Amino acid sequence: MIENKSLSELVPGSKAIITGLCAEGGIRRRLQDLGFVEGSQVDCVNVSPLGDPTAYRISNTIIALRHEDADTIKVRVIQS
Amino acid sequence: MNSSNLDINHFNILGGLSVQKQSDSDYVIALAGNPNVGKSTIFNALTGMKQHTGNWPGKTVENVQGYYKLNEQGYVLVDIPGSYSLMARSAEEEAARDFICFGNPDAVIVVCDATSLQRNLNLVLQIIETGKRTVVCVNLLDEANQRKIELNLELLEKRLGVPVVGTTARSNQGLGQLMNTLADSLTESAPESIIEYPEYVQQSIAKLAPLIKPYTGNHLSAEWVAARLLDGDQSFYQSLTDFLGLDLKEQTAVKNTLKEIKNNFRKSGITQLEVEDAMAEVFVLKSIEIFQGVVKEPAIPSDKRDRKLDKLFTSKTTGFPIMFLLLLLVFWITISGANVPSAILAKALFGLEDWLANAAITIGVPTILIDMLIHGVFNVVAWVVSVMLPPMAIFFPMFTLLEDFGYLPRVAFNLDRIFKSCDACGKQALTMCMGFGCNAVGVTGSKIIDSPRERLIAIITNNFVPCNGRFPILISIISIFLVGSAVGSLNTFFGALILVTTILFGVGMTFLISKILSMTVLKGVPSSFTLELPPYRKPQVGKVIVRSIIDRTLKVLGRAIIAAAPAGLIIWILNNLQMGNTTLLNSITNLFDPFGKALGMDGAIIIGFILGMPANEIVMPIIIMIYSAQSGLIELEGAALGQLLIQNGWTWVTAISTLLFTLMHWPCATTLLTIRKETQSSKWTVISFLVPTLAGIIITFLFNSAVSLFL
Repeated sequence: MIENKSLSELVPGSKAIITGLCAEGGIRRRLQDLGFVEGSQVDCVNVSPLGDPTAYRISNTIIALRHEDADTIKVRVIQS
Repeated sequence: MNSSNLDINHFNILGGLSVQKQSDSDYVIALAGNPNVGKSTIFNALTGMKQHTGNWPGKTVENVQGYYKLNEQGYVLVDIPGSYSLMARSAEEEAARDFICFGNPDAVIVVCDATSLQRNLNLVLQIIETGKRTVVCVNLLDEANQRKIELNLELLEKRLGVPVVGTTARSNQGLGQLMNTLADSLTESAPESIIEYPEYVQQSIAKLAPLIKPYTGNHLSAEWVAARLLDGDQSFYQSLTDFLGLDLKEQTAVKNTLKEIKNNFRKSGITQLEVEDAMAEVFVLKSIEIFQGVVKEPAIPSDKRDRKLDKLFTSKTTGFPIMFLLLLLVFWITISGANVPSAILAKALFGLEDWLANAAITIGVPTILIDMLIHGVFNVVAWVVSVMLPPMAIFFPMFTLLEDFGYLPRVAFNLDRIFKSCDACGKQALTMCMGFGCNAVGVTGSKIIDSPRERLIAIITNNFVPCNGRFPILISIISIFLVGSAVGSLNTFFGALILVTTILFGVGMTFLISKILSMTVLKGVPSSFTLELPPYRKPQVGKVIVRSIIDRTLKVLGRAIIAAAPAGLIIWILNNLQMGNTTLLNSITNLFDPFGKALGMDGAIIIGFILGMPANEIVMPIIIMIYSAQSGLIELEGAALGQLLIQNGWTWVTAISTLLFTLMHWPCATTLLTIRKETQSSKWTVISFLVPTLAGIIITFLFNSAVSLFL
């Protein structure tokens, strides 16, 4: 089943394809530079002990994002 | 302006450093790359200069230069901070960008991680676009091999159009080839950008470039500058303006053409955001295009072991307990390991003092000079060395092992939620870790924090983490007054437990003060945050010990000695100048006595902290010296020291008050100077002085009020 969600809704173990980016300002370009662009696959790997931030695998590296920032990345879930 | 007349002296070279050439014909090479790619290992291997390499962003906090010769040609290698992109986010990345773009290097070596080449290519493409000669160094081939990642570097070279060398810097593989390739590339012409922007952007660049050329000459690629005017990076533009010495967008021809281009965009319904997105995406798409075929990797990500370790270090159940246990373990080993060597060193150095004094008397040096230099200056230095060297020589290597292993970013990951609720940045946890070693290093390291507001919070609060120079005070007070009479390793274990509790109190104060700052002078909301959790790497134990002793221990010790020597002179003078029937030191002590008493301490302790400002290591010796009214600092260990303190009215209340004040008072002189340098502001330096000082006064006052209520 195909679902449209934001990245922050992913739970560890799920995979998704990025469908869009709503971040604004400098962080938008930084996310793009790290590989968060439309069409890239992103996996949710790990949540911090206090529930935020969450670590994601993107372009073969692990990047942790806070809930607010992950919220700005729109994804299509391919494995939940 | 005629471009052929433009020479580099015309421009303001940026990048925050003066390159130390040994001869005019030396080449200057920038060593760039993403964080955690082994850049510093390559730097050390090529230049032989021992410089610390860590496994997390931020350890190359200052630009470091090294030198090597190949076939009679000299090369100055500049190790610049790791960065993900030339679109800089933090002060550290700005420094990296400024050196690559405006520091006039003859070539740039871009170090890449073979296991995450695709993301690394983004920076490679950006640097090629600047028009600088570029050599790509694909490092960590051994790790790629382990993870069954295959790379076709010949194809990569063909696709990028610049030389590519594969290396495993840790075991010195490929470095000879890297040097040779670099040498060859310097005789060739600079590369052409392989980035193709969308047609409408390309056309605009073609229009702008000829107008920009007269201002940039041959030192910057006009096409590249034109592209940056279109994607509108403010921080870049500021540096460009500084470099050129003029506001390019205000030059008539450029101004008019830019206006025309923007109008055309608007007419075609293209927003600025779309332009910027398109100009960012071409890099990622090009990286993917190049990557495909160059790299073959297993379909399932091969980082199972790393994820297992992450589960252990960052899960809800084990994340915090392991952090606490590691902290306890590090301090337990430090305390129990440092006792014996400290005593031996003290004996040797104070023996040397006597010998020196005797020798000086024999050759007829005036008594006053002997007193001043040997019993004054040398004595204080001997104290600092014997108290400080052993714990540092144990603490720093252990800390470096954790760092090289890749544990510290996990600490930031675990704690970020709390920092966020204080409107601060999780990377502050990294600067706090650096603060354990030395607060000045923690302050410098705060460059890794993107937001200037959050960076200031990290700078102002760094002092709440006790540095290595303060451990000896904490440890001696804890072992005399708070541990009791338990024996042996149990004793040091309780000591370590109380020390860790004290440190955790400091961490709690850091959160509280960060929150208070965020609500008052540094109002704001937490900014966006990206933190890489790099792969765990097996630390090279032997190298770590050598490196951390040479780079960190001796460096910090050297700085402490430089601070302690003049302090020794001042203490000696104060203690030897008579005022009426007492010494000047005693008079000042009496003056501060009421203030000290109000905070549960006394005048001697306060004077200890004041005169100890050059280096916290000498606080305890000064206090002892005032109590024992001897003419020099004396060596008192364990029971004797306890007796002296009790004779002078110390109780457990005095002990805890002094413990709290050690944790919270003004930063040392080195740290204050570093804060001044990093913030470029007297105001923030003064605030950094006042915040921990006021916190210390308030907390000790509250503690004593509470005690007097109950006792």
